[in-house]
Amino acid sequence: MSASLLMCPPDFYGIEYEINPWMDLRRPADPERARAQWRSLHGTLTQTLGARVELLTPVKGLPDLVFTANAGLVVPGRFIASRFLHPERQKEQPTYEAWFRARGYAIETLPEDTCFEGEGDALWLGDTLFAGYRIRSDIRSHQAIAAMLGCEVLSLELVDPRFYHLDTCFCPLDDRRALYYPPAFDDYGRRVIREFVPEPIAVGDADALWFACNAVVVGRDVVVQSGCDALEKILHEHGFTPYPVNLSEFHKAGGSAKCLVLWLP
Amino acid sequence: MVSDTVELRGHIIDSLILPKVLDEIMTLGGTFEIVDLAVGQRREDQSRATIRVSAQDAERLQAILSRIGQHGAVPVTGEDARLVPADVDGAFPDGFYCTTHFDTWMSREGRWIVVERPEMDCGIRFDPATGRAETIPMHKVRRGDLIVVGYAGVKVAPIDRSPERSVFEFMASSVSSEKPKAVVIREMAAHIKTARAAGGKVLVVAGPAVIHTGAGGHLERLIAAGYVQILFAGNALAAHDIEQALYGTSLGMSLDAGMPVDEGHEHHLRAINTIRRVGGIKQAVEKGVLTRGIMHACVVHGVDYVLAGSIRDDGPLPDVITDAVKAQDAMREKIRGVTVGIMIATTLHSIATGNILPASVKLICVDINPAVVTKLADRGSFQAMGLVTDVEPFLRALAEHLVPA
Repeated sequence: MSASLLMCPPDFYGIEYEINPWMDLRRPADPERARAQWRSLHGTLTQTLGARVELLTPVKGLPDLVFTANAGLVVPGRFIASRFLHPERQKEQPTYEAWFRARGYAIETLPEDTCFEGEGDALWLGDTLFAGYRIRSDIRSHQAIAAMLGCEVLSLELVDPRFYHLDTCFCPLDDRRALYYPPAFDDYGRRVIREFVPEPIAVGDADALWFACNAVVVGRDVVVQSGCDALEKILHEHGFTPYPVNLSEFHKAGGSAKCLVLWLP
Repeated sequence: MVSDTVELRGHIIDSLILPKVLDEIMTLGGTFEIVDLAVGQRREDQSRATIRVSAQDAERLQAILSRIGQHGAVPVTGEDARLVPADVDGAFPDGFYCTTHFDTWMSREGRWIVVERPEMDCGIRFDPATGRAETIPMHKVRRGDLIVVGYAGVKVAPIDRSPERSVFEFMASSVSSEKPKAVVIREMAAHIKTARAAGGKVLVVAGPAVIHTGAGGHLERLIAAGYVQILFAGNALAAHDIEQALYGTSLGMSLDAGMPVDEGHEHHLRAINTIRRVGGIKQAVEKGVLTRGIMHACVVHGVDYVLAGSIRDDGPLPDVITDAVKAQDAMREKIRGVTVGIMIATTLHSIATGNILPASVKLICVDINPAVVTKLADRGSFQAMGLVTDVEPFLRALAEHLVPA
């Protein structure tokens, strides 16, 4: 299967502020190592798995532009632009919008008083959009998206600040299966996942903290942070092939493989 | 009980957002009524629930609304309040919204804005530059001010009868001279203490009977001990207080002997004249002319006072504001932060004060005449209580509770 993804090289990536519990200005990212790790992810996706990857030109002063998953939500021909919660990341919005506009996408904006952080908080399982809220995105953005796309949006409250985006604790594998980290949700959220995901697969604490759920699924292949041993075994059992990549430098910013890519359907 | 209506939209049934919101309302001590529920017919259709949320008091309701707001429940404001620019100075546009003394909000662009300084019988002015709304008395209106017209887009939160039996509820039921005064006064004292501990200000509105009955010393004690922050009175209270300070009489009666003294009827005029000669009460205290009494205690302890004039005044004292509208405005300025008002032996002054105070201020009304107490206590608020008694024993007992000798 040939999938299309948007990535942004980490030329200006670094820990320049603290907007989630992982970021710590005293624990900077190593630029060289970050570049090498990003190239390894890019290489796995393009060369090993044959995915098509488009590149966004990095911008100085926008260290998190590398996390393209948060740009917005893309459906064929339409780009629903994010509305970031933090001013630090709001500065990224014009860059993303310009990129999509230049490629002929219709740019769609959410109501001004909402927050939405793109694919970070919105993941498809079949034709249902699972969407996270409370920490970054707010639930009213979900209502707007449901209206824009005419689809069902299941809102899941995120309750652990370490798992501040849905893509850090929930990962659809195909139309039936999804990885999830139960403690990142409240009881209602866990019930919704168990009700609407035919085969939910719970991930353990150790793997979850390594962002095992922040994986990129390309067909039956899953690119995931290396060291998530229990998860690799589970993936094998379900007929998926894990492709471990070390993304430790991005983990320092609270991100991993999935945060570094945006789907371009 | 206060309530508000919220709307919840989205895939609220499959997402379990609706049951979650209802659970949260109950967990936080509220109740709900689903006024309307439109369930989406197809899977992609969103549902909509209109829910009336009720809670014991405004604070609890706010906590609930804030919590369920995170799950997308937004207050339904209906239409915005209609704003009409005032076409003349000193008058509202026709059909202006007439305020109550309850907490009030106006709707603007789908949001509720709190109306600052709730006061009855005023209008609401909205300032587009700051986005704030406040009550405004008629005479302060300036041409071009945006005034709320009609009832749409305005809501009030009436103060509820508290489920906890308090002295306020107990007494508000009826006013009678046959109440256990000692119990009531003890509870009132405890309430004043609590209000002070919470940083609230105590306002005293007092008539000259406080001096005539020889109760001035008790009020002085309360002032000195920090139980009074603001005093509203007329020329008479101040004049007789100063008369007593300078001559030992009130309206010519010796307060020690209880007998009229020679030429006593002139004392209050001489007292007023003395103060007018030095320029005012503060100056009299500074120059050592006035060395005791309630007004002296106010100056020495930094208690704000507003003395409002009347057509029958002698003098008056230079501190007295003789323009009734200016006096009202001066009183309005001073009542911020007041949480308890004690109204003693004055009818019209107490009514005037009751008119400008928000309903959240607890009122204690004391008079020898049951009709006066009823009139004061029964002003549309459950927060007023009355006690029919002579003011001297009342103030003596209150001072003994608050400032034991």
